Amino acid sequence: MPSYKAPVDEMMFLLRDVLDVRSVFADMPEQADTDEDTIQSVLEEAGRFCSDILYPLNMTGDVEGCRLENGAVITPKGFAAAYHAFSEAGWGGLSASPDYGGQGLPRTIQILVDEMLSASNLSFGLFPGLTRGAVETIEAHATDNLKTLYLPKMIAGTWTGAMALTESNAGSDLGLLKTTAKPRDDGSYTITGTKIFISSGDHDMAENVIHLVLARLPDAPAGTKGISLFLCPKFLVRGDGKPGVHNNISVGALEHKMGIHAQPTCVMNYDGSQGWLIGTPHRGLAAMFTMMNAERLFVGVQGLGVADASYQTAATYALERLQGRAPNSNTTSPIIAHPDVRRMLLSMRAFIEAGRALTLFTALEMDKEKFHPDPAMRHAAAGLVALLTPVIKAALTDFGFEATVQGQQVLGGHGYIREWGQEQYVRDARIAMIYEGTNGIQAQDLVLRKLTLDDGQPVAHLFGLIRKTLNTAEPVPELASIRHAVQNAFTHLETVTKRLTDGDLSSTEERNAAAVDYLRLFALTCFGWLWLKMTLATRDNSDQAIRKLATAQFFADRILPQTASLASQIGTGSAAIMALPAELF
Amino acid sequence: MKTILVPVKMVLDANVRPRVRADETGVDLSGMRLSINPFCEIAVEEAVRLKEAGQAEEIVVVSIGPAKAQDTLRQALAMGADRALLIETADSPEPLAIAKLLRAVVEQEKPDLVILGKQAVDDDCNQTGQMLASLLDWPQATFASAISVEGDRLRVTREVDAGLQILSVPLPAIVTTDLRLNEPRHCALPNIMKARKKPLTVSNPADYGVDTARRLTVIAVRPPATRKAGIRVSTAAELVSDLRQTGVL
Repeated sequence: MPSYKAPVDEMMFLLRDVLDVRSVFADMPEQADTDEDTIQSVLEEAGRFCSDILYPLNMTGDVEGCRLENGAVITPKGFAAAYHAFSEAGWGGLSASPDYGGQGLPRTIQILVDEMLSASNLSFGLFPGLTRGAVETIEAHATDNLKTLYLPKMIAGTWTGAMALTESNAGSDLGLLKTTAKPRDDGSYTITGTKIFISSGDHDMAENVIHLVLARLPDAPAGTKGISLFLCPKFLVRGDGKPGVHNNISVGALEHKMGIHAQPTCVMNYDGSQGWLIGTPHRGLAAMFTMMNAERLFVGVQGLGVADASYQTAATYALERLQGRAPNSNTTSPIIAHPDVRRMLLSMRAFIEAGRALTLFTALEMDKEKFHPDPAMRHAAAGLVALLTPVIKAALTDFGFEATVQGQQVLGGHGYIREWGQEQYVRDARIAMIYEGTNGIQAQDLVLRKLTLDDGQPVAHLFGLIRKTLNTAEPVPELASIRHAVQNAFTHLETVTKRLTDGDLSSTEERNAAAVDYLRLFALTCFGWLWLKMTLATRDNSDQAIRKLATAQFFADRILPQTASLASQIGTGSAAIMALPAELF
Repeated sequence: MKTILVPVKMVLDANVRPRVRADETGVDLSGMRLSINPFCEIAVEEAVRLKEAGQAEEIVVVSIGPAKAQDTLRQALAMGADRALLIETADSPEPLAIAKLLRAVVEQEKPDLVILGKQAVDDDCNQTGQMLASLLDWPQATFASAISVEGDRLRVTREVDAGLQILSVPLPAIVTTDLRLNEPRHCALPNIMKARKKPLTVSNPADYGVDTARRLTVIAVRPPATRKAGIRVSTAAELVSDLRQTGVL
């Protein structure tokens, strides 16, 4: 039977041997106590929770799905109980501020727990994930009054959060949204409008749902500069802090969708609901964007987590399934013996491990940005986070989805039927490429904004780090061919980057046409860099060292050469993309 | 009851494939995942449940092993134990030496009840609890699958070959846990964090005047021989003749 086991050893290897988090945290007064033993205990226990409680609900939740009865959402059997156990065990408050009852642990640990949640049960993981997004937004921008009223309950998991941004005519372009907010005499607002695609919009798992709604004030300028952010609870909070009367927020419908069936994605109607302004009028989008990096990192890790779950099943299956004869064998072999099956498993593994390394590298920079006492360090870290966020969101969900397809393929027909769970991973992983800004939008963000951010300092900083690792690896003979492949990829990346920023491909149209291929080139090169860093961090002849070296070699030989073709296709420019007149499509 | 003492052992994680050291002196533990022995975890859980039910005031956990065994003690603290003792030793003492050390700890802590795992999954000795009872001259109830406090006695259901046996033992007593006694809890995050700050005292065997030198000599530790490939026979007569040849018949 398939199962999921959180890869705590892999995680600890990255934290301890590759990133040396202990010495990074030692410089941060608020994280000085966060030692490796604490981290490991937290990860082990989170992993146990995910394997024992959330994973068994993943397939049953997918089959049963959510339903709407008399205007209320019913989640699949077992979800409410699992959510109570999750909240009671305090997992919702892991990285939340101790001022409101959280544990204040670093993002680095949070993102690893997010990976486990996504791997064991993506639909479930979105409930605490969105609550955290709402909590971080409220904490950064709301009044003290709202913070005291809402944060402790949300951090404890008693109430959950939902982010209400999208409308039927306003998706990637939120400037078009129409929901209105009218001021009331008491300083609050009346919110009216309809939102779609609202994850965790309504459910039966907690006693209140706190919606963060984007809407326009009567005097709002058109476009994105006229959007404000409001807090609208499903039930208005009484004087004693308990949920009271219903706030005219209703579920119009549940979206019928390809995957994450246990997650209630709602059409939400706000019919004169009472709301409270968060932050400054007309600056709602900016307030929302303060937590966007964290949210996008979270979505990236969803792609990674689901891919790892699929890998674990595929690897187990490949070791047991007897089919065909391996080259040079006269008996039936387990399919792991077949080169093509190994190719698929290694492709998955090579992506998962490098993707996890990139995620953790970035999460650690987020921790520096938040906790480091030195302003220069904080600034440099913020630059790297801004640069790498769209890369992680898009690349980890693109490669993650591809990995789930490979994980399905390893099982052949058994991957297509429901029993082994592999087809669910394919359907579930697909959404992460779309929501929280489509991967096309992420690529635009990278190429049009992030490359030139701060006069290109972040990208120069990252390239400097890659160069440094290449230099460190130079004297190590057993890494020569891996290093050579990474060097080649890096040369392609540098050349194309130069052409996009101040060369022949620097017009907006050229950069737009290059964006998605460029992001892939960027991500593959980062993965190569991190594979080099990981192999440099292994020692002796442990199983782990053997595994790392073999997987790194596979990545260098069989995947990294794709950077050459990406560079060459980008180099042809936008002509072939723009030639066909729109009316001939 | 005032105090329950729970000895816990750190062992190679049950999900890890053991590998024998090249020099055949034992199982290789370096760099391997080590965890609390599952039967010890059940023992901690039972103590915590007794405390939560108001039947005990304090739970002390003790481990005898390397410095790394602190992780195991921290896990017990996260589950709900109040304080921990580590008797640090790099050797892996035999059950009798462990029992002698535990006797010294019992004399120091004066618990009303000691709950141990019935055996550790690394060496499967199943001796320490019985030896400790003998050294202390306390009643023992091994292989417990249910425990309840009845005044100053303990009612213990034991799993025995013939079925279930119910004993009533006066306190103080020794109990060893079987697999079905309970299902250990998932630790809550705040409790994991709090466990870092609970008291953990480190001492060594000499502090208790116990000699932990091994009395058994290990000649060699080898993995089980790998199974040889079978052969296909075409008739029953051939099978019988083959079995004769190999000396089975």
